[in-house]
Amino acid sequence: MSNVQTILLIAVLALSVIITRFLPFAVFRKTDSLPASITYLGKVLPAAMMGLLVVYCFKDYSFTSWSLTDVSSVLPAAIASAVVIAVHLMKRNTILSIFVGTAVYMLIVNMM
Amino acid sequence: MNRKTLKAAFPYTVPVMAGYVFLGFAFGLLMISKDAPLWVPVLMSLAIYSGALEFAAVPFFFTAPDLIGSFVLGLLLSIRHIFYGIPMLEKYADAGKLKIPMIFWLTDETFSISSTIDAPEDVDKTGFYAWIGLLDYLYWACGTTAGALFGNVVKLNLAGLDFALTALFIVLFIEQFKGREGKFGGMCGIGATVIALAIAESGNMVPVALVIILTALLVGRRWIDHE
Repeated sequence: MSNVQTILLIAVLALSVIITRFLPFAVFRKTDSLPASITYLGKVLPAAMMGLLVVYCFKDYSFTSWSLTDVSSVLPAAIASAVVIAVHLMKRNTILSIFVGTAVYMLIVNMM
Repeated sequence: MNRKTLKAAFPYTVPVMAGYVFLGFAFGLLMISKDAPLWVPVLMSLAIYSGALEFAAVPFFFTAPDLIGSFVLGLLLSIRHIFYGIPMLEKYADAGKLKIPMIFWLTDETFSISSTIDAPEDVDKTGFYAWIGLLDYLYWACGTTAGALFGNVVKLNLAGLDFALTALFIVLFIEQFKGREGKFGGMCGIGATVIALAIAESGNMVPVALVIILTALLVGRRWIDHE
């Protein structure tokens, strides 16, 4: 592929992302006159999208293999996630929960 | 944007730094290992700035150019951003000149933090959210550049560091899972995406999940919104 073709390809990909990021801001210019359904979605969407992202992070693991020695198994991520939830419910400290959970995950995948 | 807003915003971006530097590094390394010149992954991370799409688009760079195909892939993978803009309309409303870059910086992770965390009372709201966006952007750009430059030389055992992003999403999910709206939204998000994971191919999973989420949220509105 020539340099020009590569730059065009990057531009097209960038455009697709820019369209989706700017669309809601372009459509709803005045925040004081938002339709009630959009105000409602603004309240429920953050939690819904966070749920989507959590599940999305698990899409590449194998759910049929429950072994710590299998690199594709969901088990290390499941254990580390349980640690994150437990630490966060006890301490409510975002950085601490993420640090401990990530450390547990890295220990498991590198030791096994 | 000043020192004070930077100081307030930085701690919230630390988990993103871990995840982005690691994933950006992996992306830069991947492109170089396929013999792309250094500027290609760096320009991709600066211009596209979407990890999911950059990884997904890698094959497009090593075959005959397919602009329409890559545009469609880009739109399908990016539709979720429309859902990120809606909750941020009010937080970004008074951003002035910074509004355009802030919208450009609205990735999964920037949205997750900015939608969950409210700026402290005593700091400028726009500066606080702008720093979160800019810092995340710099982490991604630096990670990509480092991976492209040193990926083949440096051997670090960082396997599993990307779990920082999973952990970040879990923590922010717990924080959002409050009140009627948070609990209902959270259950819709988890349930819909589990269904999408089960019924759709992984390439279509996000659009399918978004359709189910939107349907569930709109159907549930009558009993969430009126009490």
